[in-house]
Amino acid sequence: MEEVPQGCPGTGSAQAGRGASCQGCPNQRLCASGAGAAPDPAIEEIKEKMKTVKHKILVLSGKGGVGKSTFSAHLAHGLAEDENTQVALLDIDICGPSIPKIMGLEGEQVHQSGSGWSPVFVEDNLGVMSVGFLLSSPDDAVIWRGPKKNGMIKQFLRDVDWGEVDYLIVDTPPGTSDEHLSAVQYLSAAHIDGAVIITTPQEVSLQDVRKEINFCHKVKLPIIGVVENMSVFICPKCKKESQIFPPTTGGAEVMCQDLKIPLLGKVPLDPHIGKSCDKGQSFLMDAPDSPATLAYRSIIQRIQEFCGHHQPKEEHFLSS
Amino acid sequence: MTALFPPGISWEPAAPLSSYCPEPGNLAGVRHIILVLSGKGGVGKSTISTELALALRHAGKKVGILDVDLCGPSIPRMLRAQGRAVHQCDSGWVPVFVDQEQSISLMSVGFLLESPDEAVVWRGPKKNALIKQFVSDVAWGQLDYLVVDTPPGTSDEHMAAVEALRPYSPLGALVVTTPQAVSVGDVRRELTFCRKTGLQVVGVVENMSGFVCPHCAECTNVFSRGGGEALARLAGVPFLGSVPLDPELTRSLEEGRDFIRDFPKSPAFPALSSIAQKVLSGAPARLS
Repeated sequence: MEEVPQGCPGTGSAQAGRGASCQGCPNQRLCASGAGAAPDPAIEEIKEKMKTVKHKILVLSGKGGVGKSTFSAHLAHGLAEDENTQVALLDIDICGPSIPKIMGLEGEQVHQSGSGWSPVFVEDNLGVMSVGFLLSSPDDAVIWRGPKKNGMIKQFLRDVDWGEVDYLIVDTPPGTSDEHLSAVQYLSAAHIDGAVIITTPQEVSLQDVRKEINFCHKVKLPIIGVVENMSVFICPKCKKESQIFPPTTGGAEVMCQDLKIPLLGKVPLDPHIGKSCDKGQSFLMDAPDSPATLAYRSIIQRIQEFCGHHQPKEEHFLSS
Repeated sequence: MTALFPPGISWEPAAPLSSYCPEPGNLAGVRHIILVLSGKGGVGKSTISTELALALRHAGKKVGILDVDLCGPSIPRMLRAQGRAVHQCDSGWVPVFVDQEQSISLMSVGFLLESPDEAVVWRGPKKNALIKQFVSDVAWGQLDYLVVDTPPGTSDEHMAAVEALRPYSPLGALVVTTPQAVSVGDVRRELTFCRKTGLQVVGVVENMSGFVCPHCAECTNVFSRGGGEALARLAGVPFLGSVPLDPELTRSLEEGRDFIRDFPKSPAFPALSSIAQKVLSGAPARLS
């Protein structure tokens, strides 16, 4: 894949193997034969695999560092507090996997069984999978280009022994590129309930989040709603509020009104959340009465309601 | 792999021939190139890139900024250059000048999008092609420093940028982190990337180090503290300094106030100036 010609029309296009830029490409004959345009057989295999997974939720955000992994982890913790709910958390941030640390699973290894890779369990009903479990040292960098990352995501969805799961939460890296396209594509036949989009209040972040929403529309991915993270900061000394990331354009609230998508809630910036993540503990358990916990709980409840109302049905919402 | 999605936007630049045209249509006139990297997103790569460029400009240098964050370009907004067009001249694309003195020039995919909400839904090969083009076809002219702002991670954009820029050494990397352990963890991986690709590390910058409550002046370490320095020590690379959180600066970036003018008044300015001084004086250290 290193030497893809600059004007590569894409293996699925009608021009595949026939364009001027295809001259001299080692894959020209393969592309021209139409083999590249056939759907990936993995999509069907993943559909089979996902029959035991009731709800699938993607956590997205255009911008990095807004709290996707923190939110994904706490969504998983929150849902798993009901011991009858089976929760799986999949981290597809291949180059920056932070879920193992946040879930307190650093240094854990994945085990292979007859039915595939076994997730690493935090509780009996909360399993986690991340590329972080496949690295031999915390310094290991995953220096991979797109196709290799896509292969890993395919394996995570197809080859992990998820078992009977009520909620599969997929934590993604920032952006609108390979990982996101692959996740949506591989799960296309298996039905995704929708995406939760995380943002911070300032315009620089909202600007990237609008791109992410645009992405969801392009790939026909339903949007469950938006979570505004790091909303206000409450000084631990004087208890007064300040805005570290000021919502100069009205924050997520105005954006959601403009774009007619639900705002699920706002989570205040509490330095203890970051500390709980660094220690690998659930903030919801560490500080059960804090305003941030209450905000998380109300958001989690709304997500559950959304999934309850949208029972999975057989459909290809990505058939184009 | 099936391509399910249409090719998306094209990057045909608006064509009017500009009157201003610097000579060499590549990086031949650029003296130093600094890649701003971080494994983690949202730690302030774009903010640090912008502020470093401003601090270098204050030190009398001519600076260019190349934004290779193709899916989330934030620099045009931070420098109030949103909506400006890239023109073409004989020697290539003319970068956008953000100040009247033309001491800071900027190139970003943000200038090539039809609408600011347009998503760049591209896979790796297409991103690589545009980055190569940014390196080979932009008429940067004479620059003391070219600051290259990158997206989070260690993937296509980073490899493409390092590959394309390598012939134009000296090439150094400035690694940005926030103090908390989760961020430091990702940045350790970024340092491994630097080692594997033979990039010299200029140093580590710790961003968002503390927040001073405007009501009671209590300084809270919102994202903990000290992680950047500890990481630099562990990895054996220089620690360049900590930059405090300054909501006024964020606000100035946000509201499109004259950030270039406001910048010297911020408490972050002395920190940034000292970092810029270290960048100016220090030869890049090789990662052991």
